[in-house]
Amino acid sequence: MTIKELIPLIEAKELTKEADLNKEVLCGYTCDLLSWVMGHGQEGMAWVTVQTHMNVIAVALLSDMACVIMPEGIEMEKESLDKADAEGMCVLQSPLSSYEICGRMHEKGVPAE
Amino acid sequence: MSNTLLHAEYPVEAEDYTCAGEASADIKRKLKQLGVSANVLRRVAVASYEVELNLVIHSDGGVLSLEVTPDRVRLISKDRGPGIPDLDLAMREGWSTASETARSLGFGAGMGLPNMKRNADEFDIKSKVGEGTTIQMGFLLT
Repeated sequence: MTIKELIPLIEAKELTKEADLNKEVLCGYTCDLLSWVMGHGQEGMAWVTVQTHMNVIAVALLSDMACVIMPEGIEMEKESLDKADAEGMCVLQSPLSSYEICGRMHEKGVPAE
Repeated sequence: MSNTLLHAEYPVEAEDYTCAGEASADIKRKLKQLGVSANVLRRVAVASYEVELNLVIHSDGGVLSLEVTPDRVRLISKDRGPGIPDLDLAMREGWSTASETARSLGFGAGMGLPNMKRNADEFDIKSKVGEGTTIQMGFLLT
């Protein structure tokens, strides 16, 4: 599944402008402890988190993730979005809960890892 | 003794959460340019980010150094204190002394040092209370 296909699935909108939406989503994850995520982050991961600060983008970039997803309509800070755009990381915002987002991704065949 | 392909030093300030991760991003960029394999690149990225964050969260400031030779990538973190009183405890997964600020940002899961050890091929930590902590990690390229 590409990011472009993921967007309607989780009723998301894209908060970034520069990311490549044809990138493949290879797996999904949800966690808000950044150092925990560093230990489990993988290439192509779609990561759902309520954290909004700059370090989220740093973690996503270092793990070569596909995108970061803000659940429940959470807004990401402008500085974080600017950094994401500068580095080509995609940030999505969904009105759904983390649980619902992961459930829908899993149902459509996006594995845990 | 001049078989060093690359050497870089990054000063890291205590509690500077805004810049946290910039040294690691630059290290990853440099190693990518050198053609380091994706597997090593990822492991170095995780370990360098963890050690950089440890400098921000726990130390009084320090320096992260990168050295690349034909056979390995070496990361060395040297701080100015305060030092770790009980290294065995610090190495334990889930143990953390991170501040409330660090925890509110999603750090302090007590995974930093174990993550470094897991990702590096060689890992060594020395610490003296009142003096500081030095962490050396090696990642084999051959």
